[in-house]
Amino acid sequence: MADQPVNEEEAGEEATGVPERPLPEHPVLAGLFKLFDDVAWQRSGDQDTAVVPKDQVPDFALAARRAGFEMLVDVTAVDYLRVRRVRFEVVVGLLSLAHNIRLRLRVPVPADDPTVPSLVAVYPGANFFERETFDMFGIIFDDHPDLTRILMPDDWVGHPLRKDFATGAVPVQFKSSPQVT
Amino acid sequence: MADDTRTGKAEREIRDVWITPDEAPDWMRHATDEGAQTMRQDESEQRLVEQTGVRVDDDYVLDDEIPEDERMIINMGPQHPSTHGVLRLQIELEGEIVRRVKPIIGYLHTGMEKTGESLMYMQGGTNVTRMDYLAPLFNELVFSLATEKLLGVEIPPRAQAIRILMTELNRATSHLVALATQGMDIGALSMMLYGFRERELILAFFEKTTGLRMNHNYIRPGGVAADLPDGWEEDIEEIIERIPVGVADYEDLLKANPIWEGRTRGVGVISAEECLAYGITGPPLRATGVDLDLRKTQPYSGIDRYEFDVAVGSNGDAYDRYRIRVQEILQSLRIVQQVANQMPAGDYRTDDRKVTPPPRQRIDESMEALIHHFKLFTEGFKVPEGETYVAIESPRGEIGCYLVSDGSAKPYRIHIRAPSFANLQGLPIMLADSLVADSVATIASVDAVMGDVDR
Repeated sequence: MADQPVNEEEAGEEATGVPERPLPEHPVLAGLFKLFDDVAWQRSGDQDTAVVPKDQVPDFALAARRAGFEMLVDVTAVDYLRVRRVRFEVVVGLLSLAHNIRLRLRVPVPADDPTVPSLVAVYPGANFFERETFDMFGIIFDDHPDLTRILMPDDWVGHPLRKDFATGAVPVQFKSSPQVT
Repeated sequence: MADDTRTGKAEREIRDVWITPDEAPDWMRHATDEGAQTMRQDESEQRLVEQTGVRVDDDYVLDDEIPEDERMIINMGPQHPSTHGVLRLQIELEGEIVRRVKPIIGYLHTGMEKTGESLMYMQGGTNVTRMDYLAPLFNELVFSLATEKLLGVEIPPRAQAIRILMTELNRATSHLVALATQGMDIGALSMMLYGFRERELILAFFEKTTGLRMNHNYIRPGGVAADLPDGWEEDIEEIIERIPVGVADYEDLLKANPIWEGRTRGVGVISAEECLAYGITGPPLRATGVDLDLRKTQPYSGIDRYEFDVAVGSNGDAYDRYRIRVQEILQSLRIVQQVANQMPAGDYRTDDRKVTPPPRQRIDESMEALIHHFKLFTEGFKVPEGETYVAIESPRGEIGCYLVSDGSAKPYRIHIRAPSFANLQGLPIMLADSLVADSVATIASVDAVMGDVDR
């Protein structure tokens, strides 16, 4: 209820010139989105998502954590090769225990510069998930403390979950066995 | 390998693992390389940098106060029996004290998310069920729920009740294995036999219902694969009667056992803040006093219709995790009892013929049914474009499914948020400055399933 007057003020401001921007109904989410002009709120199904420019990801995540999203539950990516103009999209799932809501951040990442700022400083739990995303998609998380392969072998070539990484037979090279071609 | 004589193998390993490749002289490289050791050394190093873009240094800082000969790095696993699969822990020891731990995973990686992209939604269940092999029905349920969310189909009440019945039984079996193996790791070998004894009861019921003891592919988009077998009420009755008797045995054996308490109390402690920061869910989180249980907070499949309590601990140690699992077994049986009492009549899968195949007898009568059947099993059903994330409470925590559909009959991207994967991140915190003997007790109490971690 305390947020009610703020909402009205915001509505008044928008009417006086600022182009109208859809904002979520939930007061916590609305307050969060108001802080960032470049972050677009979208409803995907019945779930709240935020399309975040990649340079604002740590700031937005920090604001989200302060707004009550205590937990980062998931980091992954999708390769929209030849589907979208911007090839990759990093997807971050946040959970708020205090408000019992979820928020999904979607960060478009171009193929020619596949870097995203790391969230490890904001949510230490992003560590393994970002390593997995790096391993599978080759997206580089800047300032990650230990960005190495996590699931694939260290000397693996390529990033398996990219759409241009074909499935098929790969000769298995066992240690100290004669090379199979 | 003439270099072995120059320095001890252990030291070479330390350097190979912790030093940056650029600083290391040539002879030091690849001392513990996974793959090709001798061939194309420079080449593979270069390719690695090309592929990965960066080689980031580990944050390891040598502590000058500890004499060199008292610091030792050992690898526990991936073949160590107490790591419950192929978990490898790189443990830095100072005498008997664990100072630093690095979990190394990936030994069971089978590319299931990639495989999932080439399987139709109807086949997807066979793929995801193999991830967390101790709780396969939860994998199937979360995948089915995500698919149904995109499809927008209604699931009949009986199918939902069967889903809850089966998953809650599965939670009991999963926790029974956790208790059994935790007992075995600490030395209570009878616990191992007890746990598997009771689990067998439920697995027999699973076999009767789904045809398989694990990897059921029973819960499918649209409902479940088959109705409960004749006489299921008696089986459930027997399960509900006999499991608590078994649990009473465990309580006699462990609850006030001074050895058990000594091995688990105050062992593997993690705080609530650390759990939240590291995304740790499930029993490890609830053991710290946070009552996050998605069955209560974000209920699925109508589980909010049944009464049960969320087991919560307070100390965040291995003992509390053990207590929570015992209580959750009993609470799951409580849910199962209620589901069995209130089992609604009706269909066990949706009657939407675009999603579920028609009954066998209809095929003989109706051309349309035949067409639907043929289309479903050759092309599969198409799922509207969109993306969704669905999460449920598995025995290990929040298992989530992020599903992206491009409107075809196969998922464009399927990602499973594995609870064990996130929970493993807590191991370095739980194990820091503990005794090396306690590491086994701690690993067992986290109950990570490597199939779930590596997928």
